[in-house]
Amino acid sequence: MKNDVNAYVQPGTGRDLTSDGRAPEGSAPQGPAIPAIEVRGVTKSYGRVRVLDGLDLTLQWGQVLSVLGPNGSGKTTLLKILATLTRPDAGSVRVAGMDADRAAGHVRRATGVVMHDPMLYADLTGRENLRFFCRMFGLDQPEERIAESVRRVGMTSRLDQRVGTLSHGMQKRISIARALLHRPRVLLMDEPESGLDQGAIELMREVVTATKAGGGAVLLVTHNFDQALGLGDRLAILGRGKVAHEESLTGAGGSTTSPEELRALYFKHSGEPR
Amino acid sequence: MTSLVDRFLRWPVTAVLWKDVVLETRTKDTLVSVFVFALLSIVVFNFALNPTPQNVALVAPGILWVAFTFGGVLGLTRSFAVEKERGGMQSLLLTPAGRDSIYLGKVLSIFVFMLAVEVVTFPIFAVIYNLPLAAPEFIPVALLATLGIAAVGTLFSAMAVNTRAREVMLPLLFLPIAVPVIVAAVEASGPAITGEPWGDAIQWLPILAVFDVVFLVICSLGFGFVVQD
Repeated sequence: MKNDVNAYVQPGTGRDLTSDGRAPEGSAPQGPAIPAIEVRGVTKSYGRVRVLDGLDLTLQWGQVLSVLGPNGSGKTTLLKILATLTRPDAGSVRVAGMDADRAAGHVRRATGVVMHDPMLYADLTGRENLRFFCRMFGLDQPEERIAESVRRVGMTSRLDQRVGTLSHGMQKRISIARALLHRPRVLLMDEPESGLDQGAIELMREVVTATKAGGGAVLLVTHNFDQALGLGDRLAILGRGKVAHEESLTGAGGSTTSPEELRALYFKHSGEPR
Repeated sequence: MTSLVDRFLRWPVTAVLWKDVVLETRTKDTLVSVFVFALLSIVVFNFALNPTPQNVALVAPGILWVAFTFGGVLGLTRSFAVEKERGGMQSLLLTPAGRDSIYLGKVLSIFVFMLAVEVVTFPIFAVIYNLPLAAPEFIPVALLATLGIAAVGTLFSAMAVNTRAREVMLPLLFLPIAVPVIVAAVEASGPAITGEPWGDAIQWLPILAVFDVVFLVICSLGFGFVVQD
């Protein structure tokens, strides 16, 4: 995919691209007018199946958006589009102010992605995996980055063990550490809690909270209603390829809807039996 | 010294090569399968054709490149299977490294693995077919032909890995396109492995070089589309 640095817009931020044409590491224009994520009219079909159908979504800096939806509602497809793994058929996607199609390389520098699968090489150790991704991101001081990332996910021991010999939960911790290596300002997480023990879920929550507190933004795709309500500042329920219901959960415009009513709304829009 | 190596490995192409080499030293999946297949082919053809000193120069180059090419197909299948498992390919695509860099890294790793097998297999082949053990003229032929096979094969391996019958799809896609490289390699290998003067066969070397450049450029451009979900 061609990376067009001109597609990197920074209105009012006063920040420049580095001399080699890169956006500053993990940087993101954070003016009030520029959301962390802006999705407009996105459609995506696989064959005859339309997965996303004119989806609109906005996530502001310093917020966590929980995305809920039944299987097949397009949650993972949305996340893949935001992560530049796939292109929408129509519509526009901007992440950290950058066009996800024209400036895909810059978007990847600004985002950390945790998918359902750990996405690690089983025959490399955890440290070798992380070192490899440091190289792929062209990061300076890789050992310091690795130490910082693994500390955040509580994985300082067993890092020199082959990933294939670790439990799924341990692999998931390394996967989250990998997503944090380049200090991204936008975190995209697809069911990050799956396979994690309670301690690791707490650490994952701390990662989400710290990213938000640092002015970053987190899009959290989950099936766990409690997780979505507990971590999210806003909630979006996907249904039939669109945002079927969206509301703020915190702040002045916070939700007046009870968790039970939100659950009822979820089942109404998802078409799932209760 | 360490920082020099670190700097070298921070180039995505070499980072992918390093990763594949480390993985291969742990599993030995590619090297063993390619070597065993190449060796078996050479031995079986020896019994089937029973080459004599009079006809060995005619049949040996074909046998050698059939062994290397079909052995290479096994290695190519494995090359992207390891990326497909556990979402490794997705993790590569989530890095800001260009798709062309990822492609070139994979080409380089296949090239290195195939060359390693060729270095071990060629002396055995020379002994079995009663050919000179030292054949320096064969080195440029092997380098250029192996690069061509790796260049085409990497693209089609990335394509085939997403299909259900990838072991069948890869040879079907790859072999028809790789035929010019294989024909040029066979033609150039005749005098190179028998120690005879090059003669007209030398014209195949620049042809191989041109194929390599064309395939590398076209395939690196096509790779981004192939790996897009």
